[in-house]
Amino acid sequence: MDGFDITRREALIAGGLAAAGAASLASPPVAASTPGQMEHAIRSLIGEAEVRKGKVTLDLPPLVENGNTVPLTVIVDSPMTKADHVKAIHVVNEKNPQANVISVQLGPRAGKAHVSTRVRLAGTQTLTAIAEMSDGTYWSDSQEVIVTLAACLEDLI
Amino acid sequence: MSARALINVPRKARRGDVIEIKTLISHIMETGFRHGTMGELIPRDIITSLSCKYNGEEIFATQLYPAIAANPFVTFHTVATESGTLAFHWIGDNGFEATEEAKIVVE
Amino acid sequence: MHPPHGIAIGAVVAVLGMPLALAEIPLDQRRSGYDQLSPASRAMQDDDTSNPATLTVLDGEALWGRKAGEANKSCADCHGDAATSMRGVSARYPAFSPAKARPIDIEQRVNLCRTEQQKVAPLAHESRDLLALTAFIGKQSRGMPIAVTNDEKTRPFIEAGQRSYGMRQGQLNLSCQNCHDDHWGQKLAGVPLVQGHPNGYPLYRLEWQSVGSLQRRLRNCLIGMRAEPYAYGADEYVDLELFLMWRARGMTVETPAVRP
Repeated sequence: MDGFDITRREALIAGGLAAAGAASLASPPVAASTPGQMEHAIRSLIGEAEVRKGKVTLDLPPLVENGNTVPLTVIVDSPMTKADHVKAIHVVNEKNPQANVISVQLGPRAGKAHVSTRVRLAGTQTLTAIAEMSDGTYWSDSQEVIVTLAACLEDLI
Repeated sequence: MSARALINVPRKARRGDVIEIKTLISHIMETGFRHGTMGELIPRDIITSLSCKYNGEEIFATQLYPAIAANPFVTFHTVATESGTLAFHWIGDNGFEATEEAKIVVE
Repeated sequence: MHPPHGIAIGAVVAVLGMPLALAEIPLDQRRSGYDQLSPASRAMQDDDTSNPATLTVLDGEALWGRKAGEANKSCADCHGDAATSMRGVSARYPAFSPAKARPIDIEQRVNLCRTEQQKVAPLAHESRDLLALTAFIGKQSRGMPIAVTNDEKTRPFIEAGQRSYGMRQGQLNLSCQNCHDDHWGQKLAGVPLVQGHPNGYPLYRLEWQSVGSLQRRLRNCLIGMRAEPYAYGADEYVDLELFLMWRARGMTVETPAVRP
């Protein structure tokens, strides 16, 4: 009734193995992520300052179709006045070969602390956005993103 | 080969409005972590920064890393203060540079 | 009479000599890949200022006006304003070419113009310029229904494409039909299967991080099934493209689309 000569299960296993094989042949990582790289990157950016949770919203789709192009938005709750504004926003990741994603400098002329871009994610992982405020405080938000691989991988040729 | 860029800025705004600016530029953003068919490492080739000046004053700057997807798309906001020109400047590896301008009328 | 799947249907088609509109997805159940996109990807496609393919379309617009070849002509010199002259063209390609006595796709049509009219070398498949021109031309059909011709001239080629579509291939021994007719909407390795309509090409594929043609996508599928892909420009691709466009007749062109 099904029309398959081999069972669907077998086809999917073969496909999955083939895909995994193709993935490891096509791009062996030269630099994998290092454990704790996210924390290390945060410290490199902002030193030993305390980072509080709040004010920042890091928005990413929880499940992405393709890790090559993932929309990312950071919004910080701030009046963006001369006296009280966001000076900088940093986004870091934990599983890419490199921990930095983007850094942005803003000021009262921004009107709103709301930036977005598209990023690459090497796999399911957590990202963290940190906002540096004009009063010297740091605030953050984190989000985990699940990344699936495309089902039919293309040859590099 | 010159890079093509697309800027989206409202043509008109009222003084004091917070407007959204969208930028899109064609660039491969080669991470420097990939290997070619012979196993050789493909060297990094990315845009490393973008800045925007509004009538000569910098209102936005960003540093981009290999984690930014190809054809970088970056959006941000600014207060419409006066009529004039928004000037965009991208810099990247291998001497990459691109500029683009958009005019805005503020009333 | 309920013919069983696969080979039997191929036999029926060959005997009757006309494409079988049944056995595949009923016309009113056809869905564009757009319907299975995430909201973020849909937003990317819908907004020209955030669709990365817009950059390619703009390149195409520039090329449209550029003079080339011994004849020193631009596309615009013969075709004028593309918004008028190219409106609906991609929606009816592949189309029958009397010169070639077979259907040709839009890439071949552009190259025919280059060699015959502009007297300049054809553009390579998947080259930046060919993608730019076909994306620009394709965009002029955006919003229009797919309308390829199925008549006594094109029918043998549609049938050939249909046979390809139903033929098991590769180490995984799968046919296009197995996934895209029989299991669309279900998942393959965690990714939802689309019906596989060609209504958005050339499109920006997130996996490629660039714009690519329908042939490139078909090659991806063949490689994914661990089958030997045909060379770019092979008749087999054009027949299959024509069949896929016929299968998608009436559906709306979304070029340049965004797909994962």
